Amino acid sequence: MSLITPVTSGLTSLGTCNSMPRAPETHPLTWRLNDDASPIFLDEYRSKNGYEGARRALTELTPDQVAAEVKEAGIKGRGGAGFPAGVKWSLTMKGEGIPRGYLLCNADEMEPNTYKDRMLMEQQPHLLIEGMIIAAYANNSYRGYIFLRGEYVHAAANLRYAVEEARAAGLLGKDIFGTGFDFDLFVHTGAGRYICGEETALINSLEGKRANPRAKPPFPGQSGAWGKPTVVNNVETLCNVPAVMANGIEWFHGLCREGSEDHGTKLMGFTGKVRNPGLWELPFGITAREVLEDYAGGMRDGLKLKAFQPGGAGTDFLPASNIDIQMCSNGFGAIRSRMGTALALAMDETCSIVSVIRNIEEFMAHESCGWCTPCRDGLPWSVKLLRAIEAGEGRPGDIELLEEIVHNAGPGNTFCALAPGAISPLGSAIRYFRDEFEAGIRSSSVQASPAAAHPSLGTA
Amino acid sequence: MATIHIDGKEYEVDGADNLLQACLSLGLDVPYFCWHPSLGSVGSCRQCAVKQYRDKDDTRGRLVMSCMTGIQDDSYISIEDDEAVKFRASIVEYLMRNHPHDCPVCAEGGHCHLQDMTVMTGHSKRRYRQEKRTHQNQYLGPFVKHEMNRCIACYRCVRFYKDYAGGTDLGVYGAHDNVYFGRAKDGVLESEFSGNLTEVCPTGVFTDKTHGDHYTRKWDLQFAPSICHGCSSGCNTSPGERYGEVRRIENRYNGQVNQYFLCDRGRFGYGYVNNADRPRLALLRDPSAEEADITLSVDAALDRTAERLKRARRVIGIGSPRASLESNFALRELVGAENFSTGIEAGELERLHLMQRMLRESGLPTPSQREIEHHDAVIVLGEDLTQTAARIALSLRQAARGGAVELAGQYKIPDWNAAAIDNYAQGYKHPVFMATVTETKLDDIARGTYHGSPDEIARFGFGIAAALDASAPSVGDLDDDVQRQVADIVQVLKNAKRPLIIAGESLRSNAVLKAAFNIAKAVKGAGLNGSLTLVPSEANSMGLAMLGGESLDWAIKEFAREEADAAVVLENDLYRRLPAKRVDEALDNVDTLLVVDHTPTPTCLRADIVLPAATFAEGDGTLVSQEGRAQRFFQVYDPSYYRPNDQTHEAWRWLHALHTTIEDRKVDWTQLDQVTLEVANAVPALAGIVDAAPNASFRIKGQKIARSPHRSSGRTAMRANLSVVEPRQPQDKDSMLAFSMEGYNGTHEPRQQIPFAWSPGWNSPQAWNKFQDEVGGSLRAGDPGIRLIEPDADSDTRGLGYFSDIPSAFQLYHDRWQVVPLYHLHGSEETSARAKPVQERTPDAYIALGAADVETLGLDRASKVRVRVGKHELLLPLRISSQLRRGVIGIPRGFENIPVDIFGEWARLEQEVRA
Repeated sequence: MSLITPVTSGLTSLGTCNSMPRAPETHPLTWRLNDDASPIFLDEYRSKNGYEGARRALTELTPDQVAAEVKEAGIKGRGGAGFPAGVKWSLTMKGEGIPRGYLLCNADEMEPNTYKDRMLMEQQPHLLIEGMIIAAYANNSYRGYIFLRGEYVHAAANLRYAVEEARAAGLLGKDIFGTGFDFDLFVHTGAGRYICGEETALINSLEGKRANPRAKPPFPGQSGAWGKPTVVNNVETLCNVPAVMANGIEWFHGLCREGSEDHGTKLMGFTGKVRNPGLWELPFGITAREVLEDYAGGMRDGLKLKAFQPGGAGTDFLPASNIDIQMCSNGFGAIRSRMGTALALAMDETCSIVSVIRNIEEFMAHESCGWCTPCRDGLPWSVKLLRAIEAGEGRPGDIELLEEIVHNAGPGNTFCALAPGAISPLGSAIRYFRDEFEAGIRSSSVQASPAAAHPSLGTA
Repeated sequence: MATIHIDGKEYEVDGADNLLQACLSLGLDVPYFCWHPSLGSVGSCRQCAVKQYRDKDDTRGRLVMSCMTGIQDDSYISIEDDEAVKFRASIVEYLMRNHPHDCPVCAEGGHCHLQDMTVMTGHSKRRYRQEKRTHQNQYLGPFVKHEMNRCIACYRCVRFYKDYAGGTDLGVYGAHDNVYFGRAKDGVLESEFSGNLTEVCPTGVFTDKTHGDHYTRKWDLQFAPSICHGCSSGCNTSPGERYGEVRRIENRYNGQVNQYFLCDRGRFGYGYVNNADRPRLALLRDPSAEEADITLSVDAALDRTAERLKRARRVIGIGSPRASLESNFALRELVGAENFSTGIEAGELERLHLMQRMLRESGLPTPSQREIEHHDAVIVLGEDLTQTAARIALSLRQAARGGAVELAGQYKIPDWNAAAIDNYAQGYKHPVFMATVTETKLDDIARGTYHGSPDEIARFGFGIAAALDASAPSVGDLDDDVQRQVADIVQVLKNAKRPLIIAGESLRSNAVLKAAFNIAKAVKGAGLNGSLTLVPSEANSMGLAMLGGESLDWAIKEFAREEADAAVVLENDLYRRLPAKRVDEALDNVDTLLVVDHTPTPTCLRADIVLPAATFAEGDGTLVSQEGRAQRFFQVYDPSYYRPNDQTHEAWRWLHALHTTIEDRKVDWTQLDQVTLEVANAVPALAGIVDAAPNASFRIKGQKIARSPHRSSGRTAMRANLSVVEPRQPQDKDSMLAFSMEGYNGTHEPRQQIPFAWSPGWNSPQAWNKFQDEVGGSLRAGDPGIRLIEPDADSDTRGLGYFSDIPSAFQLYHDRWQVVPLYHLHGSEETSARAKPVQERTPDAYIALGAADVETLGLDRASKVRVRVGKHELLLPLRISSQLRRGVIGIPRGFENIPVDIFGEWARLEQEVRA
């Protein structure tokens, strides 16, 4: 008897994913979902072809073959960075003399405006568990942890319930599918820091340490949790694996739109002042315009789109003229930008770009772990400058100073990817909407020189 | 080795280094904060960014953090690249955003790494115009002051305090730009190494509170290369003086000894030098006269003392293990070798001689502190090192951590990648086994601990030796669980590449030392590449044992038997060594008691004549540390410059002057070098001490070495309260140092003796890197000091055989407890215990009892216990020990009011009935 009570009704992830037309052949992530969002537990999951991918992987393939298939299928990380999962798996240290390590599921979904993993975990926990079993097999992991955002209490209940079901059914524990493969997993809820979504900070947090990221190399695949080889994958990434195992690479490659180098489908969303905000499983390569207009119903109240962020607070502000961009990594790569999580945010022309970016940087500055200087001290400075500009108190030179911070907190200059992700939207906001920043700068004639403003001179 | 190209120049560098180490070792200035030679790299501050190019055709390159980037052969780097220069300036600008404008009132100013780096990167104009964040500061005890607003979040403090020194009560709290480095709540920092925070912190968050109480800028201090007198470790120090007071002690880098770190006794225990009650004038006491002590001129003092000594039937000289070899030798010359006592209690002297034989004849070398860090299995017999030779305990921690470094190294994680090592190794340590009477502050790194009485610890050691070599005498009746532990240790020893055995004087047990010898001999016999560390109790115990001389007991007996009627006591308090009654009875028979000392000890207070001796701050001399390293300490200042009547002189000067006055001849020894040479000539074992430091004629480019930084100010004014006429600066004929800012102070010419660390642009202790052959390595001129003891190559055939006098098993009585000495870094040592801040950290005397005995006796935490030992009766508060065995009580040694002759004896206990 389980002591855990699952949450079977009233899930707040009930949404457009539950109502959109979907089919097993085209919607590997969402076809099983019930229209009322009632969660799919073991029996129902099995009745809908559940655990067949895991069975095939464990009973028919070697771990290296599984990794190779995932690599060939081209499943890319769905957490925002888009690193190919199969490549990551192939770099995990395995073999004689190397201890079996950990498979960690990054379920610390804290990217502002991102709400896809919650839906998967609340409604379809076994899909994640199946993905983890396959990943663990491929990476020779002996323990899995789902590092879950603490506020996701419904997801925690349903995951824990599903883990117990799986364990009771012999899908977790010793000798899974009679193959001799052992693997068990646990749900670990985080204490609520954005940085825990960074894979090495997640590892530190899991170990009970401060959630500061770790320097790489060594990569987690060499030395991760408790010093052992460790793989960290996002929820949605892992949820893509069972269907690839069950249906094959060719099928998977057929899912995306032409022109997309990313394969499969992606949970995409659109929020902001759109008519029908929501979350949909859509093929890679669909245009942002289609998502906005065909799924989200376009802008509401006759508002005009001014700009959008394609995939979370850490992605660039793109002007409305980019709306025909293809939602896939190469689509964004062409304009030297990133798709992120593909859960887009629409800004209409009544939106102050300065206010939006100030709000984002306040969040990012607060969520800096405090380890490296450009992030810890650069982001808060940007906030102070943005507040000044927002209030019309900016001074000549402030925009250039912001641009310096954008550069200094950019890729390669900071300890981890938090600051580059945090600051790149600011760079794009200045690049595309500089006039809005300039409007917040007081003209130089009113601005006191630093010497004249010195309090001891009585002029302040 | 690898070749790298930096800004168009080609360099050969150590391929195992990271880029920052390589650049600094080449003398190139790359700014940094979070990296430290002893702490490694973590990549947090981003200050050391440089440009790295793919190859020689790459013109774009990318910024890398030099501390986190390994050396690649044939790589191309730029420090001067425009983007790198701008980035580094931005980093300092970010760090300075919240840093207060308080340099003028900050104790760090003038030796501040943050100041240096700010200047180096060219950040000179603050663009940040908004509010600064502020923090509350904490009370951290009498040693360290906390000012968190200055923090730049480099994380070095916690990395030193926790990761390097094993402390648990300093942490980092909060996140983003509100990270806080401190304790969970206000309170005294518990670590014995807390003072290093003042040097590890790159700015003024942690500063020396004792210095703050009489603050002087670094550039206004006068320094000398000195040796800590606080224990036998021989740490190198850099005391700073102004206005005739020692104002602070900082670490002096010695790549083989203390490297960058000191213990808190060594750093904060200097207050006795400044105490107002010190004898500064020659005093004559006439017990028959009513009036107070008569002060004498130097000449009168010599004449009247000479007269009294000449009148004496026989004069016995009592030397001291806390005085220099030169002073002890001068005393020996004065009284004659046949009348010279080392001033060391007989049992301890016997053990010191035993230690010397062990070091020569076990066949194992004794490692320097640095070398201790490179052992991969350690057995400690009896010593509570953190309290008796703290700096060695810190080295031992690094030996244990070496396990992690080695493990990670097999995984290709370089030894500088500190965080990666710890993440990978997950606390794996080289095995350390601690056999001590009670819990110690090294237990946390121990793979195994054994707690027993001193005899049991010896038996444990004998057991290990016997299990390692069947021909070693066996113990026979060891308990099964002890035998299992012994077997484990033997297994570890056999697998070790470099095992180390540590024992020492603290338990006052010949058996413990002999057991350590048997292990050492067995290790040697097994063909293992082992080492042996022995820890005597005082700064010059080793030196005195090598100089030779009778025990203090012998001297006391001679007086008691009226075989002598005059005593010359050199820097020694006899009451700390032998029972008061015996000392009193002996001294009652002494007609003339001459004490040459700097401290008003009880012995000094009994003296008929007192001649004021120099402390380490006012005189020079040579000490021999536990590893047999002879090291010279040099006079920091001339007290008579500030106090023209001050008669403080090195004891050897007084004693030699007295000698020549008695013999009515001219003074021969006018320079320290003459005395040192005489010692070397007279005592073959000490022949090497001449080379412990360059002599007084040493010059660099014709100059002496400056004791003060060139910015030193106020020289013409500092004596104006006495006279507006500026006298000539004191002339130092004893050493190569000048009492002046004039003289050589550079880093270019190699030199061993460095009064203070400074190099242009480097005002903080980080300047030590400029004197080293490679950062964190040895001084370019070689590390100071010379080792005097090396193992005898033929020890196998000629040396000591196994000891077989194994003590019998511990006898438990229901009404008697054996008294064992416990030690405290703050309180157990004589001179530092006179420093006020140390007194604040010294616990009240107590009796420690194991939990089982406490229960049997029906005691509780608040109990006071009456302890009867022999004729002594003590009433002491109870301290409950988790590890003290049944039948043993611990009492702190070296504390006031704790008699010296209770240790090893048996006590009866009685609970004090509370009203």
